[in-house]
Amino acid sequence: MAAEEGKVDPMKQFTIEPLFGSDWQLADGFNIAFTNSALWMAITAVMVWIFVAGGMKRELVPGRWQMAVETMTGFIDDMLEANIGKAGRKYVPYIFSLFMFILFGNLLGLVPVGVIPGIHAFTFTSHFTVTGVLAILSFSIVLIVGFWKHGFHFFSLFVPKDTPFVMAVFIAPIEFVSFMVRPFSLALRLFVAMMAGHVLLKVLASFVIAGGGAGPALGAAVGIPSFVLMVAISALEILVAGIQAYVFALLTSLYINDAENLH
Amino acid sequence: MPQIVQIADTISSQVFWLLVFFGLTFLVVGLGMVPKIMGTVDLRDQQIAGDLAAAQAARDAADSEEEAWRKRENENRAAAQALIAEAKAKAAKSAEAKLAKAQTKLDKQLAEAEAAIEAARTSAMAEIEGVAADAARDIVARVAGAQVEPAAADAAVKEVMAHG
Repeated sequence: MAAEEGKVDPMKQFTIEPLFGSDWQLADGFNIAFTNSALWMAITAVMVWIFVAGGMKRELVPGRWQMAVETMTGFIDDMLEANIGKAGRKYVPYIFSLFMFILFGNLLGLVPVGVIPGIHAFTFTSHFTVTGVLAILSFSIVLIVGFWKHGFHFFSLFVPKDTPFVMAVFIAPIEFVSFMVRPFSLALRLFVAMMAGHVLLKVLASFVIAGGGAGPALGAAVGIPSFVLMVAISALEILVAGIQAYVFALLTSLYINDAENLH
Repeated sequence: MPQIVQIADTISSQVFWLLVFFGLTFLVVGLGMVPKIMGTVDLRDQQIAGDLAAAQAARDAADSEEEAWRKRENENRAAAQALIAEAKAKAAKSAEAKLAKAQTKLDKQLAEAEAAIEAARTSAMAEIEGVAADAARDIVARVAGAQVEPAAADAAVKEVMAHG
């Protein structure tokens, strides 16, 4: 019986379950059931809104909360100014929303709400359908801005500056491929990082449970080190949650820089 | 992996709800709130810069004011110094004049007094001669019993006094 309980499927946490509206259809075949994933997106959106709304007092001398919100907007603003320049300011709303949405989504997936029976945390950023849409959004902005500002001259992005023609013949296809890979790398990086951490935590959790089920001696030998490792990896995951949100926003701003300031 | 196994069933729901909630976040937070927060920050930065500039201007004004005050003060001091020197010179001059006047007056008095003394002395001397001549005559008359002419007595007294 203990062995049965010890069976933890580390992938089950990524399962999407419709909560209600499982027969909602956008069009024929396009099901838009409100799932646990959608619920956590909603929670994330509300949390981001609450966080930012707390900084809306607009006082001359900011309080702690206002200071925290202004630090975040200032952080994104500085990042865009450093990467794009003065023109980067108009992208602050998008990059800020992107950064906060991913950051809060990552962090909320780590909140141990699972201690309450029947409630399971869900990390929507561990689904490449979600990260893919966000990456496509960022990539679309790059394309739209690039072609809007530079027209067909935007294709010169694939030819680095002062490249001899003979070299350009070889370099341009490589640059083109690396450019087209961007949305995939952007989406996969976040998805893989978030999924890997959660899988690792679940695998270690299954070690703790299985070790405990196999008797006190084995439980102490396997369960305790695994649990200690879980605590450490949980701390690491919080760091990863921040870093991945930052990397996503940073790379998006770097790609926008290509479109904004074509060499 | 549920991400792949469920993809056909869930992708439309995932994309739809992500667009809904990320779109809401972008519209409400990104476009609605972030510009206001950045506006507040800009306003504060401007105010701080303005305050600093005003403080600098006030400081410069105070410096120039102090400079002007110092200059004026120096001028006043110089003027006062000049006034004092002038008054001193005037006072010295008038004191000198008064002194000179007093000196001449004193000199005159001294001269008069000396003249008076001289006169008194000569008259006294003349009397003494007279008295001496009479005394000499008396002495001669008593001692020698000889009558001496007053003129001779005078001459003798004069001679003795001149040698004496």
